Amino acid sequence: MCDVAQGSALKTALLVLVLVSSSARAQQRVLPLDTLRPGIEFAGADVRAMQSDDLANPGFLWVDRGEKLWRDNTTGQSCASCHGDAPKSMRGVAARYPAYDTAAGAVLDLEARINDCRVRRQKLAPWQRESDDLLGLTAYVTYQSRGMPLAASIAGPARATFERGREFYSTRHGQMNVSCAQCHDQQWGKRLYTETISQGHGNAFPAYKLEWQALGSLQRRIRACMFGIRAEMPPPGAPELTDVELFLAWRGQGLPLEAPGVRR
Amino acid sequence: MADSRVNVPAECRRGEPFEVRISIRHAMETGYRTDAVGSTIPRDVIQRFTCRYNGEPVFTVRMTQGIAANPYLRFFVTARESGTLDFEWIDDGGIRGTAQAPVKVV
Amino acid sequence: MKNRLPPNTISRRRLLRSAGAIAIAAPLAGLVRHASAQTLPALPVLNSLLAGRIPRWERLRLELPMFADNGQAVPIRLSMPGPFAPGPSVQAIHLFSERNPVPDMAVFEFPAPPLKVEVDARVRLAGSQRVLAIAVMSDGTTYAAGADVEVTIAGCLDAS
Repeated sequence: MCDVAQGSALKTALLVLVLVSSSARAQQRVLPLDTLRPGIEFAGADVRAMQSDDLANPGFLWVDRGEKLWRDNTTGQSCASCHGDAPKSMRGVAARYPAYDTAAGAVLDLEARINDCRVRRQKLAPWQRESDDLLGLTAYVTYQSRGMPLAASIAGPARATFERGREFYSTRHGQMNVSCAQCHDQQWGKRLYTETISQGHGNAFPAYKLEWQALGSLQRRIRACMFGIRAEMPPPGAPELTDVELFLAWRGQGLPLEAPGVRR
Repeated sequence: MADSRVNVPAECRRGEPFEVRISIRHAMETGYRTDAVGSTIPRDVIQRFTCRYNGEPVFTVRMTQGIAANPYLRFFVTARESGTLDFEWIDDGGIRGTAQAPVKVV
Repeated sequence: MKNRLPPNTISRRRLLRSAGAIAIAAPLAGLVRHASAQTLPALPVLNSLLAGRIPRWERLRLELPMFADNGQAVPIRLSMPGPFAPGPSVQAIHLFSERNPVPDMAVFEFPAPPLKVEVDARVRLAGSQRVLAIAVMSDGTTYAAGADVEVTIAGCLDAS
């Protein structure tokens, strides 16, 4: 009798220890929230000027495309048919993404969520990643949350995705054998050639990158970084990219959405 | 596809210059890029941009690949009578884009 | 008669953007450089445009950043202070690149005599180089302005 009681007390103690340490680990931030700085602060004056001007910012050409697509009912019901006025119905939505989607049974980034709607509800074919249509609609929806703080949830079913994302972020990749954390947690603010290393947040995406000469998604930016360290780029839409997106959203919690951003 | 964004002042004073800004969606393909299999992507840039003020050309731009993708232009037009600014651009493929903006002169 | 180009300072200022939430102050001090090279590059297209004319290195202003974030899109401002009337007005401003595969970049034309000549655009520059602008007036006189731009490369390559 005594042994059994001792056994369960030990199990309880161990359980409490595991729970406390895992939640403590979830709260462990390498970059405390009050030290977060958005990427635009590391950009040069010309890029900053371009982002701050809604006419000079080429990203708005995609936002405008998205606005047209929102109302497009040539292939059946439009987004507007169900969601009405985007500035009302979509306000705050992008700020919560990536998010666990019950119907899909997975964490989806905004692009995947839009495609999920197309397939599941509109009975249409999904748009390709980085296509002007998907970028346009993503930019338009994200724009409705401009200025709002990143507020993605890592609770419940999203937790596993978050953990995988954090793992990926801290793992060395590629020929250069470096992790995201090494540059963006430890070396941010330092120079890499003529660039200043940012903290690597995603709050300005989709963004018009001068190098791309087009708007691009956060997934594209992550893939580009992978190439930069001579790692194999996961294909667009790969699950590890969503893992990282969710981790980044948590890591950058509170940063204001800037989309459409402009970057060099 | 949203072709462009235009910005003109709500009101202009007669005889004075007013600011016109336009942002045009166009890849301005240089003809020097190659695609994934190594084939050269052919040049396709806006050849000519024209701004007409009540039908009269007031500002034109002849472009080459030297103008960046998704061209941005800011220029000044002298206000005369109220009316319309018509913008037109034609690229190497003969594709024509247009935009308009009202001019209210006080 | 000796053709002497007048001494001039070409100021390189960061491009000011209007209507933006962030106002970028133009750091004039330290960026004003003497025109050590008021020379015209040897470009056939330039020679055929000038047709023997010697442009004056004054009045026309060409503003480019000293350091371009990315050669794909470099902001540029061309301006010429008036007044123009009475007297010759600006017909066209030509833009040339010293190092691009295609040296002529753009021609900004003014079919109607303009009151205010100020043009903003974004150009592509294939590497650090000198950019040259030539203004052609209605009476055939020409003005020149040049600016040197350092085109920086990205920290990491991108094949996304």
